[in-house]
Parts: sequence; C-alpha cells; structure tokens
Amino acid sequence: MQEQTTYNYKVVRQFAIMTLVWGIVGMTVGVLIAAQLLWPDLTYGIPWLSYGRLRPLHTNAVIFAFGGSALFATSYYAVQRTCHTRLFSDALASFTFWGWQVIIVLAAITLPAGITTGKEYAELEWPIDILIAVVWVAYAIVFFGTIAKRKVAHIYVANWFFGGFILTVALLHIVNSAEIPVTLWKSYSAYAGAQDAMVQWWYGHNAVGFFLTAGFLGMMYYFVPKQAGRPVYSYRLSVVHFWALIFTYMWAGPHHLHYTALPDWAQSIGMVFSLILLAPSWGGMINGIMTLSGAWHKLRTDPILKFLITSLSFYGMSTFEGPMMSIKTVNSLSHYTDWTIGHVHSGALGWVAMISIGSLYYLIPRLFGRTEMFSVRLITVHFWVATIGVVLYIAAMWIAGVMQGLMWRAVNPDGTLQYTFVESVKSTYPFYAIRLLGGTMYLSGMFIMAYNTWKTVVGSKAVDAPVLQPAAAH
Amino acid sequence: MSDFTSEFWSLYIAVITVVSIIGCGVFLRSLSVKRVPGSTVETMGHVWDGDLEEYNNPLPKWWMWLFYITLVFAAIYLTLYPGLGSYKGVFGWTSRGQYEAEEAKADARFGPIFDKYLKMPITEVAADPAAREMGQRLFLNYCAQCHASDARGSRGFPNLTDNDWLYGGDPETIQTTIMNGRNGMMPPLGATLGEEKTRDVANYVLSLSGRPHDDLRAARGKATFETICAACHGPDGKGNHALGAPNLTDGTWLYGGGESTIIETINKGRNGHMPAHGEFLGPAKVHLLAAYVWGLSHTGGGTTPAQ
Repeated sequence: MQEQTTYNYKVVRQFAIMTLVWGIVGMTVGVLIAAQLLWPDLTYGIPWLSYGRLRPLHTNAVIFAFGGSALFATSYYAVQRTCHTRLFSDALASFTFWGWQVIIVLAAITLPAGITTGKEYAELEWPIDILIAVVWVAYAIVFFGTIAKRKVAHIYVANWFFGGFILTVALLHIVNSAEIPVTLWKSYSAYAGAQDAMVQWWYGHNAVGFFLTAGFLGMMYYFVPKQAGRPVYSYRLSVVHFWALIFTYMWAGPHHLHYTALPDWAQSIGMVFSLILLAPSWGGMINGIMTLSGAWHKLRTDPILKFLITSLSFYGMSTFEGPMMSIKTVNSLSHYTDWTIGHVHSGALGWVAMISIGSLYYLIPRLFGRTEMFSVRLITVHFWVATIGVVLYIAAMWIAGVMQGLMWRAVNPDGTLQYTFVESVKSTYPFYAIRLLGGTMYLSGMFIMAYNTWKTVVGSKAVDAPVLQPAAAH
Repeated sequence: MSDFTSEFWSLYIAVITVVSIIGCGVFLRSLSVKRVPGSTVETMGHVWDGDLEEYNNPLPKWWMWLFYITLVFAAIYLTLYPGLGSYKGVFGWTSRGQYEAEEAKADARFGPIFDKYLKMPITEVAADPAAREMGQRLFLNYCAQCHASDARGSRGFPNLTDNDWLYGGDPETIQTTIMNGRNGMMPPLGATLGEEKTRDVANYVLSLSGRPHDDLRAARGKATFETICAACHGPDGKGNHALGAPNLTDGTWLYGGGESTIIETINKGRNGHMPAHGEFLGPAKVHLLAAYVWGLSHTGGGTTPAQ
C-alpha cells in the first residue's frame, strides 16, 4: 500500500521532459522553414525537407507534441494534487505517455514522407488518427477517473478547463477525422466541398479554442495562484467565463471561410459569435492577472510569475485581435496574409508556450525533490530572450501582413493591379528576416531552459510527493 | 433558401442562434451581483492542495458591459445581414450581390479605357506605348507565372519572344490561344517503337537541326519518322501549326533537345496545357494581351521585355 500514499509523478516527469524535447524539435523545424522563406534553396530541393512537408511537421510538433505533452504533464499533476488522490490508473497513464510518443514519432516520419490527409492541423493519416482516438480515450479515463475518486467535495476550476478540453478534443478529432481509407496510408475525407471546409474549420478553430485555450487556461488556474501565493480573483467570474467560453467557441469556425463558397448566413453567424467570444476570453485573462492583486511586487523578482503573467497579456492581446480579424471588412484585408501567421504566433509563442514554460519552471524542481531550478537568473534571461523574440516575430508579421493585403488590392488608374504577387513576396523579405531573428531568439531561449533543466535534474533524485490530506472543511 | 434542403433547417438555425444569444445575456445577468459598499470579499471557503483558494469578487463592470455590447451588436448585425436561416436581413446583402456590384462599378469605370483598344487592330494596339504598358501589367499578373516575367518561358512553357510559334504567331491566332487556351498532346510511343527504334528516331530528330548524332541510327530512324512522326510533325519535320506540333528543325526546344530528353519525350509523350482566359479576363483584356505578346517578337510594335 506504500505506493498508494504518493502521487504518480513518474508520468508527469516523463511528459514534462518530453515537452522540452518536442518544444526544441518543433521550434527548430519552425526556424528552418522560416529560413526557407528567405532562402528557398536552403535544403537543395530535397523533397522531404521541402517547405510544404515541413510546415505541417512544425505545426503538429509544436501544437500536439510540445503543447500536448505540456497539457498531459500539467493536467496529470494538477488533477492529482487538487483531488488529493493518486491518478486513477498508473498503467493507463503510462499507456497515454508511450502512445502519445509513438503518435509523435509516426507524425515525424509520415509528414516528411509526404503522407498527409491535407486537412490543416489534422494532417495525420487514418491509422494514426485511430491511435490518437485510443490514447485520448485512455487519457479521459485517467483524468475523469481521478476526478471521480477525489477526496474533496468540490472540483477545482483548473479541472473544469482540463475536463472540457479533453472531452471536446475527443469530439472534434473523431468528427473531423471521419475518412474513408483507400490504402494503408491514404484516405479521403467523409465530407465533400463546402461541408468538408466547414467541418475542417469547426475543428480547426476549436483546436485553438479547446486544445490551445481551454487546456492552457486549466494550466493557468493551477500554476498562477500557486506561484503568486494568492487566491484566485473571482470564482463567479470563472463560472461565467468557463461556460460562455466553451459554448461560444463552438460557433466561431466559419470566420476562417469568409468570402468563400460557405453560405452567407454561416459566415455571419461565425462572425458575430467570434465577437461575442471576446468577453469570455478576457474573463480568463482578468481572473489570472487580478489573482496577482496584493502581490504585484512579486513580478519584479520572480521570473516564473513574469512568464505566467506575460503569457496572459499575450492571451488578452491575441483574443482581442482574433475577434477583430473575424469582422468581414478586416478579414478581407487580413485573410491569406502573414498577419494571420503573426496572430497565430502571438497566441502560440506568447500565450501557449510562455504559460507552459512558466508552469514547467514551477513543476520541474518539485518533480525532482528540489525547491527551485538550478539557476533563477537563467529563467530571467530566458524570459527576456523569449519576450523580445515574440515581439519581433509578431510585429514583423503584422507589418508584412497589412502591407501584403494593401499591395494585393492596389489598382492602377486603368484598373490593372498595381503589384504582381511576386512583388509582394519580394517586399516581405525584410520582415521574413526579422521573423527569423525573432524565432531564433525564442528557440535559443528553449536551449537555455534545456541547460537549466539538465543542471536541475542531473544529480537530483526523482521524488514522488506523498498525497496531501484535504484541508478540513470550514 | 437554396442553402437549405427544407424550411425546417432554416428555422432550426434561426431559433438556435437567437436562443443562444439571448441565453448568453440571461446567463450573464443571472450571475451578476453588486458589490456591497464597504464589504470585504470573502473566499469561497474551499481549499485545494494546501493553499489554493478562490475569492468571489463580483464580475468587473466594464467586462460585463463589453459582453452585453457584443450581444447587442450580434442582434443588430443579424437583423441587418443574412444569418438567421433563410432570413435575408434588412439590407438584403449577399456576397454574390456585393461581388457583382463591385464588378459592375469597376467595369463602368475602367471599361471605356479598355474598350478604346478593342476597336483598334492588334498590330496598332501593339504600337501604342500606353497600351503596351497596360498589356505588360496584365501579362505580369496573369501570364508571368508560367511564361516568366521576361516572357522567355521555361522548360515546358514556350518562350514568347523568339517568334517561334507552336500554333502560329499572327495576332489573331495569339488572341485565340489566350481566349480558348491550348492542349498540346504528344502521345507516348515507347511501347510501340521499342528501345532500339526510339533511339534511332531520336537520332534522326537530332540530325534535323544539325545536332551531333549517330549517322547509322539516324538513317534507320528516318523511315520510322516518316511513317509515324510525320503525321503530326510533317515529312520534313517542320511541324504543323494546326496541331500545335513543334518544328523539329529549328533548334528551339520546349522540353530540351538532348538525346536523352528526346528519347524521354518519345517514350512517355508530353502534355502541355495552357488554360483558357476568355471567360476570366474578357475580350478587351485579352485583346491587349495579344497585342503585348505579338509585340514582343515584332520590333515594329515590340518592346523590350522587363528583364
């Protein structure tokens, strides 16, 4: 019965370390393809190193390998600690770890080989899709099993968000990946035409909403109050913004299909619900940042809090930008430009990666029986390198995107287009260079983190903390 | 209505949308409380993991207003624009309608500029500097992707500056080519001829333009050429504009004129496709483009292509 008295930190450690590894891999591929935009012949025309194959590898690696591992690590950690019980099943938890790693490795082989469904953020072919579904169901069993055997009456807010994320991602993945296999590595979508596009972007936008937002808000609700040492600002606000967020996100997908064959009514509804989404999104930012009230001074000295709070600022910024870009008039300028890439990265690097990095800096020492990382100074260095990197990246893409949009619509007095497409590409070069610099800085921050983690972990002993008795009810 | 298979789905969308927007407002209102002045905010009294607690601050007022404003905006927008099922909205706006209106406006504004040239013969248009500039701008946007910005083409895409034509280079033929597109097809002959005969024919083809070749093979290939290839390329190998069959004697090669490339061409055949632009660009722009392209190889009206 000895093992029953500790938390299962083993699976958390595994996912935490792999978060770092996949973060470096995914961002390295990102830097490579950013460089390819500057130097198209960089990889000598080798097919499996071509931009078209590496770009989905980059997105899959950072979203599902890096982000996914971070979510597994933090949700397994938080759910045990806030339920005051060990994970529901060690075997299933271990299965989710190895299963998820196998999926990632299969993605890393098949995508460069050119095996793809062609659906953005859902490129993996049907055998891998099935494996994802199986692992995800196991994840749900472990997570909700742990909630079911909790030793406290109330379910902590972080777990609502993790739970919502797990349930919805299962739904999204299974519906969008419905496909008819032709051979072992080729399938066709079960949907056709505008319906296929709508299902794809219902999935695509909710992948952002539930994988990259709800899941990471769960992370925020555990690690921000922990690191700040302050109670969450408002329970009431968390109730309102949780239900409003998960309800409203479901409607927003059509804004990816403005001015397409999608019927007008669907585009309008997608747009208005994207705007309604602004307040529910900001609810999370307010609750996180205001949790710091009474402890603002900690921001000056605590680089982990810097990461967490800055991530919330980027979250607020990109969830303002998103609804604005969903307005048809704005979208007619921004769509298909690099502005979209800038928007995505202010969310991905600024929010998702920074909240994960902050949480990992909190988590890693505790998983290895230490109170803090090997070097707090290096966390500060990482913070500044990463922040400047993101700002360079998104500022460059904003300017590039608006410039492209304006160039594409500019006409001469005779009605002919003022610029050819390739002229807009040429004008984007300086901004591609700045983006590459920003991305490289962000990646180098990850290497600083890897060094810091290495020094923290080596020589330390993996420690599984004993299960904490719930506080006596007042 | 055409978007819906039955009135039911239109109603379904409309009802569910309206209920959702109103529901958000009702939900927000049901959870809003006023802060009692002078009171202190208490925690909820639950503790997790040693020290995790929650205050129960009221919803920030400005945030609630932001939420309400977006709901009101949604209601107004969906009244004015299509969204609630097959309801057309007060403005009766459609994206197709907007597109057609913008197109009509552009036609009214720019149409006369183009129509002026439509009435002139292509050779005259080609001599007009302003028309050439417009033609070049159109060329750079619609043609340069394949034929390159200097119009010199690339492998598989004809050079338009050398006055060597697959389908003929008089102004009207160029115009027809742009309007209707072209499908160039050379059938694969590898299976029919076999390896030896293919090599023989290839050497004969090399000999036609005076390239280094194997005399013995060329002599053997001549007979095959005359029975099979001549049907399209002519007995003298000078090609046939009516079929788009290239002249094989002039040293101009679309896919390459080395022995191995010629063998590949004979073996596997070739498929060249130039898309039709008539419907997309309209006759006036095609007229300008034809003049520009014709001018490229006719110094009288020609211009130096952009390098």
